[in-house]
Amino acid sequence: MSKQYETVIGLEVHVELATKTKIFCGCSTAFGGEPNTHTCPVCTGMPGSLPVLNKQVLEYAVAVGLATNCTITQYCKFDRKNYFYPDNPQNYQISQLYLPICRNGKVEIETDAGKKFVGIHEIHMEEDAGKLIHDEWDDCSLVDYNRSGVPLIEIVSEPDMRSAQEVIAYLEKLRMTIQYLGASDCKLQEGSMRADVNLSIREVGAKEFGTRTEMKNLNSFKAIARAIEGERERQIDLLESGEKVMQETRRWDDNKGESYAMRSKEDAQDYRYFPDPDLVPIVLDDAFLEEIRKKQPEFREEKMRRYKEAFDIPEYDIEIITGSKRMADLFEATVALGGQPKKVSNWLMVETLRLLKENNMDPEDIRFSPENLAKLISLTDTKAINSSVAKEVFEVMFAENVNPEKYVEEKGLKTVNDEGALRKTVEEVIANNPQSVEDYRNGKEKAIGFLVGQTMKAMKGKADPGMVNQLLKELL
Amino acid sequence: MNILEMTAVELAAAIKNKEVTVMEATEAVLKQIEKKEDEFHCYVTVDRQGALARAEEVQKKIDQGELSGPLAGVPVAIKDNMCTEGMLTTCSSRILGNFVPTFSSEAVLNLQNAGAVILGKTNMDEFAMGSTTETSAFGVTRNPWNSEHVPGGSSGGSAAAVAAQECFYALGSDTGGSIRQPASFCGVVGLKPTYGRVSRYGLIAYGSSLDQIGPLCKDVTDCAAIMEVIASHDKKDSTSVEQQDTDFTTALVEDVKGMRIGIPRDYFGEGLDPEVKSAVLKAAEVLKEKGALVEEFDLSLVEYAIPAYYTIAAAEASSNLERFDGIKYGYRTEEYEGLHNMYKKSRSEGFGAEVKRRIMLGSFVLSSGYYDAYYLKALRVKALIKKAFDQAFEKYDVILGPVAPTTAPKLGESLSDPIKMYLGDIYTISVNLAGLPGLSVPCGLDQKGLPIGMQLIGDCFQEKKLIQTAYTYEKARGAFVRKEEQNV
Repeated sequence: MSKQYETVIGLEVHVELATKTKIFCGCSTAFGGEPNTHTCPVCTGMPGSLPVLNKQVLEYAVAVGLATNCTITQYCKFDRKNYFYPDNPQNYQISQLYLPICRNGKVEIETDAGKKFVGIHEIHMEEDAGKLIHDEWDDCSLVDYNRSGVPLIEIVSEPDMRSAQEVIAYLEKLRMTIQYLGASDCKLQEGSMRADVNLSIREVGAKEFGTRTEMKNLNSFKAIARAIEGERERQIDLLESGEKVMQETRRWDDNKGESYAMRSKEDAQDYRYFPDPDLVPIVLDDAFLEEIRKKQPEFREEKMRRYKEAFDIPEYDIEIITGSKRMADLFEATVALGGQPKKVSNWLMVETLRLLKENNMDPEDIRFSPENLAKLISLTDTKAINSSVAKEVFEVMFAENVNPEKYVEEKGLKTVNDEGALRKTVEEVIANNPQSVEDYRNGKEKAIGFLVGQTMKAMKGKADPGMVNQLLKELL
Repeated sequence: MNILEMTAVELAAAIKNKEVTVMEATEAVLKQIEKKEDEFHCYVTVDRQGALARAEEVQKKIDQGELSGPLAGVPVAIKDNMCTEGMLTTCSSRILGNFVPTFSSEAVLNLQNAGAVILGKTNMDEFAMGSTTETSAFGVTRNPWNSEHVPGGSSGGSAAAVAAQECFYALGSDTGGSIRQPASFCGVVGLKPTYGRVSRYGLIAYGSSLDQIGPLCKDVTDCAAIMEVIASHDKKDSTSVEQQDTDFTTALVEDVKGMRIGIPRDYFGEGLDPEVKSAVLKAAEVLKEKGALVEEFDLSLVEYAIPAYYTIAAAEASSNLERFDGIKYGYRTEEYEGLHNMYKKSRSEGFGAEVKRRIMLGSFVLSSGYYDAYYLKALRVKALIKKAFDQAFEKYDVILGPVAPTTAPKLGESLSDPIKMYLGDIYTISVNLAGLPGLSVPCGLDQKGLPIGMQLIGDCFQEKKLIQTAYTYEKARGAFVRKEEQNV
């Protein structure tokens, strides 16, 4: 390859908002209901039904816009995007084209190449479509409208990114910001965050953009990175062999590691956008914006700075904990309940992360309460339970959010501090393990470990290992 | 007094006084329907059993004192583009020929809560597109004054049903004159309320930014009473307006002293039938004699209203009617290959010619490259028309003019020339574009014996001024009933 190429990338990111009800009706947005149970005449497009905007959608969209330094459109409208498809019950989608809610924003990202801003062209609100289920057996298609009308925002970036690393940094930044706002859980795998990648290449130094393609079906950060590399190479190959890049929409197949064309620009539909006459223009006054601005949370960067000053915990821990709003909230609440920051951090960093990984869960899925974590820490602080019992209790707490105090009580897991009972057990262990006793007395220090273990086993783990050690030495 | 000759308010009073039962009234009107339907064909659906059962239920509620309003127990007909739970709602279209809604429109619910007995659903131009009720997929409706003539449209079934005494009053909808023009052609009173006055929830949309439900009835008193029931702020309709001044019956006052009435010269120019012109001006003279201050003025922009209207209404309709695709409900073609072929065939077979014409027109004006030149320009014209009316209402309380350039044309005359049919809307569509209320009240007959209507236009939410003016005129005018129905 003789020429040097630069990759130019812009993203269209769809985010499902965390409202309880749909964007234009009162139906639940809950995931996983029986087909067509979260529906009504509005979200199934029945004749005569009319949409009414859910105000929470507006608040979330404005909150995301403010957090990404956008200008809020104080007179905005919804438009109809007309196209025929059975997942779209009205055969038009209510979206925004002419006056989107937010415009001209930017977010700062950091990569190995340093810090830079990625511009946000616009953010608009729209409704999701239903889901088509193709029944191969009966050779028919069925539609589930539970998702129809679930609120989305689409965040359209400027073509400001130059590498997969920048794209991932930008997506992480968006995800973090939106999670901190509570506007969405932003899970790529579950589709509550979806990214389409617009990519073109050009020779380094060129001023004009090359012809771009749009890549869809990217379900993980890894898939996005692979798709970017793949598409970059495909376009370079085309240009190097004297061919042209076609403006088209492509679908990424992550298993095969390649993409195929879905539709070309020539097939592009005319959506005949026009303002939806069923919805009145939205007028946002300064007071409304101020109210939302006031509700903006402390975002990650500020939080990290504050943690560094306030808590004596490693920087790495701070990065991980603030990397999820849920974790950070849990951390702060537990500390506020009296948990020592270092200990709280340890529980989160070690046991919590381990269990999340084992169960293939996100921090957002954590179920145990700060109250219970604080109680568990207090139980270990007062030596009411030993550390191995604490881990055992934590696992149960992680799974079922049990109250550790009650659980320890009910299961009788409290450390036995009654020296009489312990001494009796130790004496029995010494009597039953003459070989180990002899080894110890012959100078094999390690043998005492076995005896401690036997004692703990006999005590069903409820003894303080330090105390057992001390007693053994005394009696030997 | 013959039950059928009673107005809605008179009948409700008679029921209240136990002179007539709801059952008697319902049976009488059902009998009239049976007698007249073959000739006039006002209805798509007559719900005989439902109406009789409902009559019994309403009578009980009246007897128990649960219902006492001015319309309690009165049988009503509903235009077939308003959803009625469990009752066929077709929009007079083949594509909705089997459609039974799961909910009722808000205006219908309001009527039911006031004790209405629904007789059935009236015929209309398909999806309210037309001015004669001839574009219905289920046959034409004939004008009760002369069955060789159309009843007007699109609410022709509702207007004719009131005129033929096949109901005591009816609901219609008006996107470009569809209440006022058939009211005028059939010699009944019709009101298109201010946009936002009556909830559109459950009204199957034609032009969403223009559609409004309103009454067709025997006199202005009924009109005021019906408005009090159907006007409401409905949170299910974003365009519904929170409103005051809904005590419409308080405007039933015989007094127009000092009322400033403007007559737009633009409404009396070329194309207006001289008989219509003289009847309307004579009515204006009556109001003048009653103390109104009547003067002529130039409204301007009238010639732009028709192209702007047909651009906007067709654009919205092309999108509103996309949902009729044969997937979830309505007509689906018998044989098809694949999804798009199914869409194409279902829609080609399901929609009539006029509807297809407007879908194509609307799709064209919204398409990329033409949007600015047509749709946006039409919106600008709409804004200018509103401004012209705003200026007029600085000087006048009411604007007075004809409803339509002619009386009811003969059957079959209009469909051959759609442009001519569109031009017939010239005096009514500006009112929709500006969102204003407009009332049609009978003011005479032409030589053929066909009714002529006078139109009164008010500023937004000034229906009471229209009611007061029309009521005063009506009292001066005297009875307006077909000769054959008198002395029955």
